[in-house]
Amino acid sequence: MPVTLRLPTVLAKAAGGQTVHEAKGATVGDVVADVAARHPELGPRLRDAKGEPYPYVIFYLDDEDIRFQKGFETPVEDGAEIVVVPAIAGGR
Amino acid sequence: MPIGRPAAALPPLSQEEVLRYSRHLIIPEVGVEGQRRLKDARVLMVGAGGLGSPIGLYLAAAGVGRLGIVEFDVVDETNLQRQILHGTKDVGRKKVDSARDRIRDVNPHVEVVAHETRLTSENALDIVREYDLVVDGTDNFATRYLVNDACVLLGKPNVYGSIFRFEGQSTVFCTKDGPCYRCLYPEPPPPGLVPSCAEGGVLGILPGLIGVIQATETVKLLAGIGEPLVGRLLLVDALSMQFRTVRLRKDPRCPACGTREITQLVDYEQFCGIRGAEDETAGVPALTPSDLAARLKRGEDLDLVDVREPHEWDICRIEGARLAPLSSFAEALRTMDSARDVVLYCKSGVRSAKAARQLQAAGFKRVWNLAGGILRWSEEIDPSIPRY
Repeated sequence: MPVTLRLPTVLAKAAGGQTVHEAKGATVGDVVADVAARHPELGPRLRDAKGEPYPYVIFYLDDEDIRFQKGFETPVEDGAEIVVVPAIAGGR
Repeated sequence: MPIGRPAAALPPLSQEEVLRYSRHLIIPEVGVEGQRRLKDARVLMVGAGGLGSPIGLYLAAAGVGRLGIVEFDVVDETNLQRQILHGTKDVGRKKVDSARDRIRDVNPHVEVVAHETRLTSENALDIVREYDLVVDGTDNFATRYLVNDACVLLGKPNVYGSIFRFEGQSTVFCTKDGPCYRCLYPEPPPPGLVPSCAEGGVLGILPGLIGVIQATETVKLLAGIGEPLVGRLLLVDALSMQFRTVRLRKDPRCPACGTREITQLVDYEQFCGIRGAEDETAGVPALTPSDLAARLKRGEDLDLVDVREPHEWDICRIEGARLAPLSSFAEALRTMDSARDVVLYCKSGVRSAKAARQLQAAGFKRVWNLAGGILRWSEEIDPSIPRY
């Protein structure tokens, strides 16, 4: 069973307009790489040139922050859900 | 634990107040003591815009005794689609004045304290110190880090909400053992990466939805009831109407609330990369609206290119222009003739400067950017073009 990656609409534009992506991978980083391979514009929005996550785009694996686990090395199980939460500042 | 003074020190409710708040008083969880806590509370709202509107209206109606409002802005026509504190009659008025009038009408028992200023590193501690709790309804990263750090330094809860288009986030930061904004986002995105509501738009109802959540959390914290949204980030997607909470953890390495390296307020514009950043239109020759109008009137052969998105083109356009959105400009570039004069425009001149740089990099020598974009064109040349 694949893993689901959920993007906010602000990032969906770089991913063919889709917010929900089915993907494969043994770690969060693999899943991100799998989706980024299909949507080249999305890759740089999710990780920096070294392949590391940005401090303003947070990944939650089954609602837990991966920074408090093994980051992109955090293993994912079949059926897991990864939610991408970028910083937004609007309020007016 | 409620915020504020011991029950015996709380102010009594007048007969009039008992009647007004009767629907609160008959909820056992709120009751007379909870209502007296609300009456005794001092809440600072930073921003009286999209989020601040429902926050101000509901906190006033709920009977919060003192509402401070930090706001420097003036009511604009484009605010009315969502900023329900202000009405059509208020366009052009200071938002603090319009907010005060509206809140007085909602509940004359509420004392409104207007702070007609921008919140800055110089004034934030003095302002925040006077309140029990802060509700963040600002619209930019620099002020959000400033609000956070002031709250951490003074030990005040920060009821947070932010919005973009159809999505919102809300949580309660800076409680005694809870995480702060820097635990969640240690650094802001580079300037220009995340569009503001003014640039990217926002569904008018969305700040209502998120602001009401902030107001709810505020009342809960003041009355000391329920489970506050501490250590949980609420994500709201209005398009799919899904609510989800993810776990927020206090980061022991956080320089604000963890290691406490941050002992005073810093320069937040610098932290957010705003100051010292290069002018976004630098290095691109500018054409003023009157220069462009004169050239068009003379019938000069020029390629007038609108780099906005199709949904903006539908709102308004300059006659004679053609559309080549910045988002797919690389393709359009291949069809352009470097022998012709090219004039680019967008809404305000920033995106067209980016497109101009792409043309310059491709060897185009005769490229101009319409200064101030179609907004300035509307102001100076053709008022029939709607502003948006």
